[in-house]
Amino acid sequence: MIEAPDLSLAALTPLLFVFGAALVGVLVESFAPRHVRQPTQVALALVGTVGGFVSTLLIAGRSEVTAGGALAVDGAGLFLQATIAGLAALSILLFAERGLDPAKSAFVASAAVPAGSPRDRELLTDERVQTEVYPLATFAVGGMMLFVAANDLLVMFIALEVLSLPLYLICGLARRRRLLSQEAAVKYFLLGAFASAFFLYGLALVYGATGSIRLSEIRESVSTDGTGTLLVLGLGLLIVGLMFKASVAPFHTWTPDVYQGAPTPVTAFMAACTKVAAFGAILRLLYVAFGTADWTWRPLVYGIAIVSMVVGAVLGLTQTDVKRMLAYSSIAHAGFLLTGVIGLGGGTGSGLSATLFYLLAYGLTTIGAFAVVTLVRDGDGEATQLSQWAGLARRSPLTAGVMTFLLLALAGIPLTSGFTGKFAVFRAAIEVGAWPLAVGALVTSAIAGFFYLRLVVLMYFSAPAEDGPSVGVPGLPTTIVLAVTVAATLVLGVVPGSVLDLADRAATLVG
Amino acid sequence: MDPVPATGLLAVSWLLIALPLAGAAVLLLGGRRTDRWGHLLGIATVTASFVLAVLCTVELAGTSGRSVGVDLFTFISTGRLDVSAGLLVDPLSMTFALLITGVGALIHVYSVGYMAHDPARRRFFAYLNLFVAAMLLLVLGNSFVALYVGWEGVGLASYLLIAFWYTRPAAATAAKKAFIMNRVGDVGLALAIFLMFTQLGTTSYAGVLGSVGLLAGGTVTAIGLLLLLGACGKSGQFPLQAWLPDAMEGPTPVSALIHAATMVTAGVYLIARSAPIFDAAPVAQTVVVVIGAITIMIGAIAGCAYDDIKKVLAWSTVSQIGYMFLAVGLGPIGYAAGIAHLLTHGFFKAGLFLGAGSVMHGMGDQTDMRRFGGLATKMKTTFVTFGLGYLALIGFPFLSGYWTKDAIIEAAFDRGGVSGYLLGGVAVLGAGLTAFYMTRLMLLTFFGKPRWEDGVHPHESPAVMTLPMVVLAVGSVAAGFVLVQLAPLADWLAPVFGEPEEAAAPAIPPLVVSVLVTVVVALGALTAWVFVGRREVPTTAPARVSLPVRAARNALYADRVNEAVFMRPGMWLTRALLWVDDRGVDGVVNGIGTGLGGSSSRLGRAQTGFVRSYALGMLGGAVLVAGALLAVTAG
Repeated sequence: MIEAPDLSLAALTPLLFVFGAALVGVLVESFAPRHVRQPTQVALALVGTVGGFVSTLLIAGRSEVTAGGALAVDGAGLFLQATIAGLAALSILLFAERGLDPAKSAFVASAAVPAGSPRDRELLTDERVQTEVYPLATFAVGGMMLFVAANDLLVMFIALEVLSLPLYLICGLARRRRLLSQEAAVKYFLLGAFASAFFLYGLALVYGATGSIRLSEIRESVSTDGTGTLLVLGLGLLIVGLMFKASVAPFHTWTPDVYQGAPTPVTAFMAACTKVAAFGAILRLLYVAFGTADWTWRPLVYGIAIVSMVVGAVLGLTQTDVKRMLAYSSIAHAGFLLTGVIGLGGGTGSGLSATLFYLLAYGLTTIGAFAVVTLVRDGDGEATQLSQWAGLARRSPLTAGVMTFLLLALAGIPLTSGFTGKFAVFRAAIEVGAWPLAVGALVTSAIAGFFYLRLVVLMYFSAPAEDGPSVGVPGLPTTIVLAVTVAATLVLGVVPGSVLDLADRAATLVG
Repeated sequence: MDPVPATGLLAVSWLLIALPLAGAAVLLLGGRRTDRWGHLLGIATVTASFVLAVLCTVELAGTSGRSVGVDLFTFISTGRLDVSAGLLVDPLSMTFALLITGVGALIHVYSVGYMAHDPARRRFFAYLNLFVAAMLLLVLGNSFVALYVGWEGVGLASYLLIAFWYTRPAAATAAKKAFIMNRVGDVGLALAIFLMFTQLGTTSYAGVLGSVGLLAGGTVTAIGLLLLLGACGKSGQFPLQAWLPDAMEGPTPVSALIHAATMVTAGVYLIARSAPIFDAAPVAQTVVVVIGAITIMIGAIAGCAYDDIKKVLAWSTVSQIGYMFLAVGLGPIGYAAGIAHLLTHGFFKAGLFLGAGSVMHGMGDQTDMRRFGGLATKMKTTFVTFGLGYLALIGFPFLSGYWTKDAIIEAAFDRGGVSGYLLGGVAVLGAGLTAFYMTRLMLLTFFGKPRWEDGVHPHESPAVMTLPMVVLAVGSVAAGFVLVQLAPLADWLAPVFGEPEEAAAPAIPPLVVSVLVTVVVALGALTAWVFVGRREVPTTAPARVSLPVRAARNALYADRVNEAVFMRPGMWLTRALLWVDDRGVDGVVNGIGTGLGGSSSRLGRAQTGFVRSYALGMLGGAVLVAGALLAVTAG
């Protein structure tokens, strides 16, 4: 007989909520008549994500290891879960937007139809909508929330797959520019599988070295037996797998192509939620399992942080596509986040709360930015060429204003959440003596500022093109998203105290 | 009783599986070089297996206990899970081995003629060989895991063969449907195996079936029901019956071998093999019986309404397997009867399918019976062999079906009480319907005025095709008598199912049952003659029909229900798989330069758009990471 592991159901409510909604979503997809599917699925996905969000708030303050030691429910974990669920709810709203595309959805109605075929051209205007995307996204959200709570490398790996597989799929569901979308999905899938293999091999090596996959037991083994070659190699491969998901250079190569090819709401979802989840796992791995041997990985993460910031900022300069530009921005931000990881010091620094805050702030801002991208359209769908954005402010001052504000936040200009976040992580890095890193980060954030500002200048100071894009009138869902993200970016920039405080109190990792 | 170690010829009984497997390997790997003689190799391996099976059976009959184990190698050995691969040679497995290799060899021969003009004939024979090997593994394995491996193997072969003409959209869709509906069943089987393992720590037949008594009642019932789900998927039983008629898109020899004689009966084998589990779980057993009864009716009713000759035969198969389920669900009294019907059905249904294939061969691949008619004089051998198969199927006195189907109907009545009469009544009614739809098929195909399409010149098929039909027709006539009267199968199978027990006092005397069935069958056939044989047959199906007919044409709408439950999610899955296949595999193999061309125009030298360079970049990064970590720890 196998004994059932102890399960603290209360502590798992957020996960149960999200996975429950995803499973019901599958049933709805199978049984509900076509015309009610879209509203039902949207409602269900929102209930799942918002329910997950609320339940994390309700059980805030818990700190325990449950499910037979496989899951850690602690302050940081719950904060990250709440962040993921909240950001996911916003992304779902973007998915649900029906007012922008003439065909009423950003997703193709039948993904298997060959791109460019006559049937495909019919589908472009067909008002049938794709609703499979909602349960898929909800599954991904569940995987992400599991990922940040995993106290066990195997559970972490499973969560990684659960979050990744649906993402691979929904990346390929764009209604327009299908080939680009499908290409993106395949690339993401192939490279993601490649990265998963790294992670899995690392897991095996770590298990071989320590005899355990439980993070706490690995830590004990590290403190008693020290670090052998096998363990260090395993750690390295685990880091590679996680850095891939976090789109940290040099494991970022998929990011621009996938961000560009995926349907924009999906890009927003990935940019925000996947990043949060991946960093949650990185924090857990590095501090719970290898916190006592931080001298092994600290120089490495140091170096990777610099590489990522530089790659993101410099390559971002040459981009001519808004979505690709935001992708490079995401890579640079991953580097900034790693400074926060360094700032955690031996586990006592303020790096953890800083990283938590940064993730929340960046997630909100980036969803807002991608939401604006969905608004600027021409006859072929979204107009993502930078040149097409020229003079946008004259056509639609409000849209240009919102985008400018969000870009400033990404650049880290004061009075936006971006500034508060950067400030927090840089301070944490300096506190532990990593000031060269902080200096490097400041320099690269200045470089990165260039390309954000370039777009701002383009929108305000260039003459609009003759047949330039128009700005769509957002429906209610997108309006909500824009309102929330702009407000949050502002609030976290102006009065961040309470949220920083919350992040501080949440900054505990058990294991 | 634990099987005794194998000696002599039985020690090499693994050759039964290895021979066709080697044939498949040679044909698949050998490529075009084997085109010229590939089909001969295919026949040779299966025939050799058949000869070996006969010799093994003779040897087995001489051993005491008639249960022989052959250990091969350790299959999985990690921690608590220890599965060793081995074979179990006993009367049940050898009976199936004979059926599979015997009918298999005949159908291989037939296929030489049937597929003569197909450029991919070698591939066809490779798949057939693969199927035979997997099916033999399924029945000869000594554990549920070995059975599962074979189970998946026959599923794969079936999928490949249904989609053999994959350029036809219908074939591709049917293959997908079969694949997905089988997956539903396979999940049940897999869960049952996991459950056995967690509860008993073993999956071997000896270990599991010997310790059923140690398990809680609920667990046994759960295992039984999960096994039944697996059996329903593979055998096209309610509620997973919808894939089988569609599977007729495959070449006709495939329909005969896989979807009539062997693979679809694997569910019956599974239940019979797991007899101790079902005997200990009355609930599960009752469900088996009910499913069998429901399926008898669904198959028979749907069979009455279709115009496609192969689909009628397919629904008939569904219905006949329903009889077998009914039999094995009745417990010890029915196991041998079910297996006997399985064997005779293997003969006459395979013969009927081969006959249908012969008709199609002569009629330019037409399958619509409304465009046949009057073929009795044009295709004499086909007519006679098909006619004998028909008589055997409807249970014409003293032909095969009469013996084995009556035994099942008697056993159903012997169950006693209301349920006994109900089940017996359903079985009798099913027999009447069978007579109706099969007579209708005969009348439409071989009698009446010709309704051929222009330019069709029916002709008899070559000897290579008619010869197997003749052999199977002989079997259709005699097998029932041999298996029930001459050398009772029940005695041969006694080491597996226990000595056959006579019902103390039959609810209805066998003679009465026999007469009753015969009368009902005659009524069914007569009705068909009244409604079909005496009238002019329109070449297109009448559109304005009554509600029951419309329901029957839609297979009682079960198809549609299944589609909602399985196909919608299934189609999504397939789409996803196909998409990954198309884009992913092709993209990597040959399309990096062309397929991903959209990337070429992008700026950024580092961002080439090529997955390979991205992966290389990641690999480089990983090497750097590992190097840096090692440098730090070493330094």
